[in-house]
Amino acid sequence: MIKKFDKKDEDRSDKTFDALWKSNLIFLLTQSRIFNETPINPRRCLHILTKIIYLLNQGEHFGTTEATEAFFAMTRLFQSNDQTLRRMCYLTIKEMANISEDVIIVTSSLTKDMTGKEDVYRGPAIRALCRITDTTMLQAIERYMKQAIVDKVPSVSSSALVSSLHMVKMSYDVVKRWVNEAQEAASSDNIMVQYHALGLLYHLRKNDRLAVTKMLNKFTKSGLKSPFAYCMLIRIASKLLDETEGGHDSPLFDFIESCLRNKNEMVVYEAASAIVHMPNCTARELAPAVSGHNMLIYYLTALRYAAVRTLNKVAMKHPSAVTACNLDLENLITDSNRSIATLAITTLLKTGSESSVDRLMKQISSFVSEISDEFKVVVVQAISALCQKYPRKHSVMMNFLSNMLRDDGGFEYKRAIVDCIIGIIEENPESKETGLAHLCEFIEDCEHTVLATKILHLLGKEGPRTPQPSKYIRFIFNRVVLESEAVRAAAVSALAKFGAQNDDLLPSVLVLMQRCMMDSDDEVRDRATFYMNVLQQKQKALNAAYIFNGLSVSVPGLEKSLHQYTLEPSERPFDLKSVPLASAPITEQKTELAPVASSKIPEKLAPSRQDIYQEQLASITEFQGLGPLFKSSEPVQLTEAETEYVVRCIKHTFAGHMVFQFDCTNTLNDQLLQKVRWEERPCGVHSWNTV
Amino acid sequence: MDSTSLEPSLYTVKAVFILDNDGNRLLSKYYDPELYPSMKEQKNFERNVFNKTHKADNEISLLEGLTIVYKSSIDLFFYVVGSVQENELMLMSVLNCLFESLSHILRKNVERKCLLDNMEGVFLVVDEIIDGGVILESDPQQVLQKVNYRADENPLSEQSVAQVTHTDTNTPQWHNVTRSIV
Repeated sequence: MIKKFDKKDEDRSDKTFDALWKSNLIFLLTQSRIFNETPINPRRCLHILTKIIYLLNQGEHFGTTEATEAFFAMTRLFQSNDQTLRRMCYLTIKEMANISEDVIIVTSSLTKDMTGKEDVYRGPAIRALCRITDTTMLQAIERYMKQAIVDKVPSVSSSALVSSLHMVKMSYDVVKRWVNEAQEAASSDNIMVQYHALGLLYHLRKNDRLAVTKMLNKFTKSGLKSPFAYCMLIRIASKLLDETEGGHDSPLFDFIESCLRNKNEMVVYEAASAIVHMPNCTARELAPAVSGHNMLIYYLTALRYAAVRTLNKVAMKHPSAVTACNLDLENLITDSNRSIATLAITTLLKTGSESSVDRLMKQISSFVSEISDEFKVVVVQAISALCQKYPRKHSVMMNFLSNMLRDDGGFEYKRAIVDCIIGIIEENPESKETGLAHLCEFIEDCEHTVLATKILHLLGKEGPRTPQPSKYIRFIFNRVVLESEAVRAAAVSALAKFGAQNDDLLPSVLVLMQRCMMDSDDEVRDRATFYMNVLQQKQKALNAAYIFNGLSVSVPGLEKSLHQYTLEPSERPFDLKSVPLASAPITEQKTELAPVASSKIPEKLAPSRQDIYQEQLASITEFQGLGPLFKSSEPVQLTEAETEYVVRCIKHTFAGHMVFQFDCTNTLNDQLLQKVRWEERPCGVHSWNTV
Repeated sequence: MDSTSLEPSLYTVKAVFILDNDGNRLLSKYYDPELYPSMKEQKNFERNVFNKTHKADNEISLLEGLTIVYKSSIDLFFYVVGSVQENELMLMSVLNCLFESLSHILRKNVERKCLLDNMEGVFLVVDEIIDGGVILESDPQQVLQKVNYRADENPLSEQSVAQVTHTDTNTPQWHNVTRSIV
């Protein structure tokens, strides 16, 4: 039955659409017999190919057999001269290259097109061919590729250059032979060919710093036209500057600086960003870069965003350089793009005065709920820096932060706020009560165990010293009743601290502790029983040792010592004093405050320096019989820093031996130190034996 | 944000996609093999991006550690994705080229129905602008010249699958229409 299609019925038309576009892929594939018809109907074949690619893109799956059959059927379509159909064939080859077998059957057709007369086919044919080529085939078509790279038709040259770049991963040695052709292509007038040639040349030469420098000198003098190529040159130049630690009087820096005056905004922005990123930039050097950014603020949103983002970074290191832009930045606070507004406000917070803080905070609070989590973290970090700068403003900040805590947000965001509040509490004793109150309110409804335990720990530390410690006990005990095991255990520890410090609270704490001894989790019960016993002794010394001061030895050291103890059965009980004390862990300096990129690797705790040495020494067989490492000294410089090689010595003390570790570092780049020998001249009367 | 600058490379675009105004994917290409390799992750990403961007018509955003530039027209949303260290203006130039070229092909009718009707043109345009993550062409005029596509007089939507593929009556029938295939 054939129904009349009512063109005015838009709803029906949409349903027809979806039905067509969602049609069964396998069903479609069986129809590929259409391709075998003579004469070929270009329009129908085109539609089928389009729908195959569309459905693949949507996530529909092909079986290998069906895909291969369809692929073979499609090869017949090369007989048609319809341009669009041929182009779609190339596209289908690329899309199905991974799922179909024997794809190389199309190689000869593609090679024919690549070297044929129709310019419009040559570029896309090259790209399709290179997509299916393997190493052996590549050598067969090498001649054609080299010709294509230096071809006068820009699209052919570009396609060949870009495809060569893709193939570098697979066959670096083969592609390296085409360097001369790429060099010739780089002198083309076409702006995209210049860009692609430069990119390929850099990629082939990037391990040879001398070659890169020569290339850079040549291109910076010859004056390219392509803005993309300029951006590439700027990046190469700044990487070179970074590696050679070149100063700001180097010609590379001059080149980058000259790009600030380029006509194209893309180049100006790239140059300004490069300068701003340089590690040792003074404010004077930054000034032209900053004013370049200032000018960009008036353009399109993307430019505004790019400009304000870079100014934000500059403000972290050189706030004074950015104050010139404050007026323009203030205009951006009300920008409709929230990201721009946030960045503008945080930049102003870094560079503004104390009086403007209230006004700015009010403006942020009006839209903070609309911005993404990454920007919320940026705002919190800016506030944190501000709190350190203007301690008197802590009450305004605290209010704002507590409002943000109540809103929805991810873990990183809440953690940043909690850290900020804790920072304020530690700096400002007056803010302690309000801060602790806000944090208590937060843990009532907090889903992140890490944060809850951290806050409970803080409450245990600071709560007993406040004028009215009892009000915190309710909050803490509620956690014991309501939360998960880790939080309950932390709450028990916090309660114990209250009991230890405040005698009048001790009876109530003991009662609560008794209830905790009935908990379902063994960690909680253990802790409760332990603290109960200690507190019942009512001795200050015991309280101090077991409740206040945590483990003062390093944890990996303890682990090693215990392991050693279990290996050698001994009559004596384990002695904690044999474990080395914890040295301060290496913390990473956070110089850049930035939106947190979502990382899939969880953060690992930085091990202490001593623990690292312990691991290294334990892996050397000669040292394994020495027992646990007691202490390692700081590295001592034995030579001056400017000599050709630098030697440092670290002394490791074991129970009955001393190990001297000499670190010998070569400061020259192109020389290898071989056959390093160590001579010892004992001086004085020491009864040491060299092992 | 980063303290190291980008390694010089031609690989600038990580992904490009076009969504309709319900957030459904119409076309998407991912060029970075480490970025969301599975279909599930891709669709998840697209959904997140859509939720954060379809309300306000701002052009640029930073999500999931990536810079995203976007543009919308009637009932379509166009996105170009790059690394957070990438030059935003470069990404914008890709987006503009894409949008201008498609505008021309769809005869200014940049909306869902027209896009689906001319899907092959859309595929070819994207293929001419970006190849494997490298910006191949940034001038819409050049792109159009290379693609050389004329919009269809008999769009696909007004034909049934059956008519396109000439099935026999035993196979499932979609909506039948009276227009004949030229």
